Amino acid sequence: MTQNGMQQTPEDAAKVAEFEARIARGESIEPKDWMPERYRKQLIRMMSQHAHSEIVGMLPEGNWITRAPSFRRKLGLLAKVQDEAGHGLYIYCGTETLGVDRRDLIDQLLAGTAKYSSIFNYPTLSWADIGAIGWLVDGAAIVNQTMLAKASYGPYARAMVRICKEENFHKRQGFEIMATLSGGTPERHAMAQDALNRWWWPSLMMFGPPDAESANSEELTRWGVKKKSNDELRQRFVNQTVAQARAINLEIPDSELRLDEASGDWAFGKIDWDEFWRVVKGDGPCNRERLAARRAAHADGEWVRKAALAHAEKHAQAAVA
Amino acid sequence: MTSDNQWPLWEVFVAAGNGAPHEHVGSLHAVDAEQALQNARDVYARRNEGVSIWVVPSSAITASTPDDVGSFFDPANDKVYRHPQFYKVPRGVRGV
Amino acid sequence: MKTAKAGARPPAARISSDAAFQYLLRLGDDRLVLGHRLSEWCGHGPILEEDIALTNIALDLIGQANLFLELAGRAEGKGRDQDALAYFREAVDYRNLLLVELPKGDFAFTIARQLAFSVYSFLQFEALVKSTNEDLAGIAAKAAKEAKYHVRHSADWLIKLGDGTDESHERAQRAVDEIWRYTGEMFVADDVDRAAVAIGLGVDPSTLGDPWRGHLDDVLKRATLIVPEVKFMQRGGRTGNHTEHLGHILSEMQIVARSFPTGGW
Repeated sequence: MTQNGMQQTPEDAAKVAEFEARIARGESIEPKDWMPERYRKQLIRMMSQHAHSEIVGMLPEGNWITRAPSFRRKLGLLAKVQDEAGHGLYIYCGTETLGVDRRDLIDQLLAGTAKYSSIFNYPTLSWADIGAIGWLVDGAAIVNQTMLAKASYGPYARAMVRICKEENFHKRQGFEIMATLSGGTPERHAMAQDALNRWWWPSLMMFGPPDAESANSEELTRWGVKKKSNDELRQRFVNQTVAQARAINLEIPDSELRLDEASGDWAFGKIDWDEFWRVVKGDGPCNRERLAARRAAHADGEWVRKAALAHAEKHAQAAVA
Repeated sequence: MTSDNQWPLWEVFVAAGNGAPHEHVGSLHAVDAEQALQNARDVYARRNEGVSIWVVPSSAITASTPDDVGSFFDPANDKVYRHPQFYKVPRGVRGV
Repeated sequence: MKTAKAGARPPAARISSDAAFQYLLRLGDDRLVLGHRLSEWCGHGPILEEDIALTNIALDLIGQANLFLELAGRAEGKGRDQDALAYFREAVDYRNLLLVELPKGDFAFTIARQLAFSVYSFLQFEALVKSTNEDLAGIAAKAAKEAKYHVRHSADWLIKLGDGTDESHERAQRAVDEIWRYTGEMFVADDVDRAAVAIGLGVDPSTLGDPWRGHLDDVLKRATLIVPEVKFMQRGGRTGNHTEHLGHILSEMQIVARSFPTGGW
């Protein structure tokens, strides 16, 4: 076994073995512990991708803050989007413990070389989309994050625990919006159904490609960063969500959906993986707009960031340690 | 000429009140202590009023190195820059 | 607070509920509209920590507006709640200051405007904790803590911008120059204010002008900024004579609610 294609010394091999044994014992890997370089890189990739997703995710939802149709909904949405910014912050800071600067992570995002969850490349077209996102997108994220709360890397796991607490509230809010719309006037019901029709399949895609095509999985599982497979998590999400949709009188847009009595699982139709890869690779409905918005905010903010630094430098002498 | 960056890193410690000790909750970026304190309140203490917050530049923290467990009193402990050790407060000692 | 002249008080029930309604609308509309402008920054802030801070302030303000407009609806006594008031009133019936409806501008403008309003707001709340209306006094007590924080945040930023780089200093001075002619309106007392004071509900805004100026002078000095000369202070918001900006704000704010007017959310 080699690391990065280089020959491992017996010493390295022993360290890796001990590292993997620690993980198998359920121990937490902390920033100053020895870790394989590849583990460090994988975690930087996973965590920064997660952080980027939280930040980009503010855009489709932020799109409806000014139009939220009641005080309660406006306050709820503002709080949710603010939470998401906070989540992004927790995870960026967790990533920095691996020896990378947030500035570099942001540069990667803005250069288009870093990924973020492709669900956020879809547009929010009606108020009901806000309900659909809370219910389905946060719902899917919770399924994923509950697993990550036990991730082997300490700072990531701890950030996840913090995030899971807040995320459950978001999902409930979203579901409540959908329930209210679905049970309201015919126009409101139609708005909710239309939103579900558009967000259902992309939400299933959030769990990633089928297990058979998932490149990183085996290593990530051995390193305690990925404890369940994509398909397993996807099925868990479908099972819980079908019941919820029925409870609020909405129809899942899948004519092949049927209950397998033996397993208790809801079998579902074919996901359009061409669409998935297209969106991941940059040709989704909003990829360009999302990046453009982030680039603009970053560029417009440069003078502000510099001003703060300049002020601090000027007054550094005055600040006696 | 000031160059653009995401500002220095700070570590945040919060005490829930009622005799509980300060516990490390995470980090954030700020240019000075006042800003770090305000940001900490916004990010880590939003839902709780009356908590006590400490902020420390990450560079000011010195952390022990796990490999030195056997020789803890060796004066050659590492200086921490952007790799702080997060100390988990054992549940048992809170609010004693 | 000024006291009413003996014998000059109009029929208490009708006038006082209308004065109370108008007074409370002003308190609510100021914060709803300013909260709207602040929430436009969401996802577009100069750095992540500031995105969170601005959204936090927006949340506080809209939360306050929610409470004030609820009280206003009760004072009006016609069955309108805060949503009915926010989403189904025309621009000419809004009672916010002109200052808060101005576009968010650049970050310096947002901060300068926020400071100007927050100091005013804090001084208002300090006085309103003594309102004879228990609900209003209660809201003021909690909101004063929030306003104090908003002052701290925006003052810190204006100082950083004013005493930062050449560019930030220029932008900060421009921002102060642009908002100043709208700050006078905060301290003009009219019949609504006098009636509100007479019934023990509200505070006379003209008493807040000097302390406000004292606070601003202090911050501007530390920010190395100067107070511009203003020959004429713009006003009109308190009586529904708004700028063209408010109409566009309300178009956006009200569209969903007005498109589906019957039913809940």
